[in-house]
Amino acid sequence: MTEVQGVSVHLQACAKTFPDGTRALEAVSLDVARGETMVFLGPSGCGKTTTLRIIAGLERPDAGGRVLFDGEDVTHLPIERRKVGMVFQSYALFPNMSVAENIGYSLKIRGIDRAERAARVAELMALTGIGGLENRSIDQLSGGQRQRVALARAVAMRPRVLLLDEPLTALDASLRERLRAELNRLLRSLGITAVYVTHDQAEAMALGDRIVVMRSGAIAQIGTPREIYFEPANRFVAEFVGAANILEAEAGEGFLALRGGRLPIGGSAKAVKGNVVAMVRPEAVTFVAPEGALLTGRVETVSFIGDRLRCTVVGVSERPLSIDAPNTISVSPGDQVGLSIDPDAVRLFPKESA
Amino acid sequence: MSGATFLRLSLVPLAVIVLAFFVLPMSQLIIAGANGPLGLKAYAAILLEPRYRETLVNTVLLSLAVTLATLVISTIAGLFVQRNRFPGRAVLIAMLTFPLAFPGVVVGFMIILLAGRQGLIGEVTQNLAGGKVVFAYSIGGLFLGYLYFSIPRVILTVMAAVEKLDPRLEEAARSLGAGPWAVQRDVILPALTPAFIASSAISFATAMGAFGTAFTLATNIDVLAMLIYTEFTLGANIAMAAALSVGLGVVAWAILALARSFAGAAVAAAG
Ligand SMILES: Nc1ncnc2c1ncn2[C@@H]1O[C@H](COP(=O)(O)OP(=O)(O)OP(=O)(O)O)[C@@H](O)[C@H]1O
Ligand SMILES: [Mg+2]
Repeated sequence: MTEVQGVSVHLQACAKTFPDGTRALEAVSLDVARGETMVFLGPSGCGKTTTLRIIAGLERPDAGGRVLFDGEDVTHLPIERRKVGMVFQSYALFPNMSVAENIGYSLKIRGIDRAERAARVAELMALTGIGGLENRSIDQLSGGQRQRVALARAVAMRPRVLLLDEPLTALDASLRERLRAELNRLLRSLGITAVYVTHDQAEAMALGDRIVVMRSGAIAQIGTPREIYFEPANRFVAEFVGAANILEAEAGEGFLALRGGRLPIGGSAKAVKGNVVAMVRPEAVTFVAPEGALLTGRVETVSFIGDRLRCTVVGVSERPLSIDAPNTISVSPGDQVGLSIDPDAVRLFPKESA
Repeated sequence: MSGATFLRLSLVPLAVIVLAFFVLPMSQLIIAGANGPLGLKAYAAILLEPRYRETLVNTVLLSLAVTLATLVISTIAGLFVQRNRFPGRAVLIAMLTFPLAFPGVVVGFMIILLAGRQGLIGEVTQNLAGGKVVFAYSIGGLFLGYLYFSIPRVILTVMAAVEKLDPRLEEAARSLGAGPWAVQRDVILPALTPAFIASSAISFATAMGAFGTAFTLATNIDVLAMLIYTEFTLGANIAMAAALSVGLGVVAWAILALARSFAGAAVAAAG
């Protein structure tokens, strides 16, 4: 059911300085394509919510910044005329209205008649799996149900863009995972343009067509989940998204010289010489026999975490190396091990990126 | 000592206070009302005797008018002051809540200064229009005095309630297309309803029983508190004074109960 036609969103040099002088956002420019789900990911205070509120029309960007929906300049349009749907972390459901009245509120405001409204509300309630609750009051709902009501309310008038600010953060872990999958299905089936704010990287990976990683009011990287994970633009992104081993080493002749031996590097990185910062994901390292291995070290810790083993190995680099190994192999602390790392899995960062 | 014993022991002082300050004097008052020459008919006289009935109706109408005006003024002022930061805001809040400690006599005095024979309004109208406007000693003066008396109490309640409003609710309503009026109607006012009920109860009950202001302004105003005073001190009609006091209490209580159930129904209907 691809009923909702979203718009493309374009932010052009949107900076934000709050009246108290807080510089929440540097001039940020980005594009969200029609029907795309764009996830803003970053640590607390990096400006995710501020960016979302600028798109919504709840904040004005500093002079010079512009917000465009499908090329139309909406910078000075107040939120009530932007036709955006919003889902807040606290849901912000109206306590004086029933579930059905909450969901139908935008339709009532637009003067849509009672019968048509009821039909649309019923359709949305079925879509979000809360049929039968229409006459409940908000304080009689569970957290998960509230979340669905908030979502149904936000998409009721077929918004031009759906904005979600940490909509799952208030829920417990198992429910969060289930709702994440549901939300994903819903966003795809609606074909709606969505901007989704979270500080949970797993959520970002699962939901985002693309991810914007933010850091101190600026964009650290924009890319698909795969790009962000496998080709992080800098050390910050590498460490923020997934687990990463950061190696500071001397490069030369296609190798990184490490304390525990030599690590081959591939592709264009071969030509690099001198001091570099490199990143290796824990699952890209495999255990091999120590004899003849290019890299060797000593196992320090082994934790069994069900689907895999998380080990640390010392003597390879300055800091212990984290390794995710299959849960079938047997290693114990104290073992001397050889390590093999696919050259293509080694990512080099320019020296200046901190 | 078990928890239950402790709880029961702590109830003793409460029981003593309730008995000494509420139950005994109230029953004494009720008995006194029926102990005059009229007997129980003293209570009937409140409604049957035209002078009493008119005073009762006047007092109720005046109190309702004061409550309504106070609510409107305090809501607008409270919302504005709580939502906006501007120079002089602290001074304004201080001024709005300043009369909180004033006794009715002082409020009455201020009304005389404003609208009395030598008052400010009189002076201005004398100079501008040639006729002196004096309303301090009429129901208008009393209305103004009670208003002045009520606003600080209500505005503080409203400000506290506004502060507790979740700004996300308003933003959510706006995102759904609600303009400023719709936001007020659908989000802000419903959220403030409990505060309205509580503060209008205070405002109404205070106006029903206010005496100091009426006494200071007393020329040709009849309100219940004044009537009771007159019956008691001038007429030495203790029984009638007691009956009227009970009547005042019952009417105030009944109207508040009515308002509360009405508001409760309204909240339930909206919810
Ligand atoms: N109204 C405001 N006035 C002043 N500073 C503000 C205001 N709103 C946000 N800030 C500041 O702007 C910065 C960015 O805030 P923002 O809410 O966008 O962060 P965020 O990335 O959403 O963080 P979180 O994950 O904690 O929600 C923070 O330093 C915050 O303190
Ligand atoms: Mg935030």
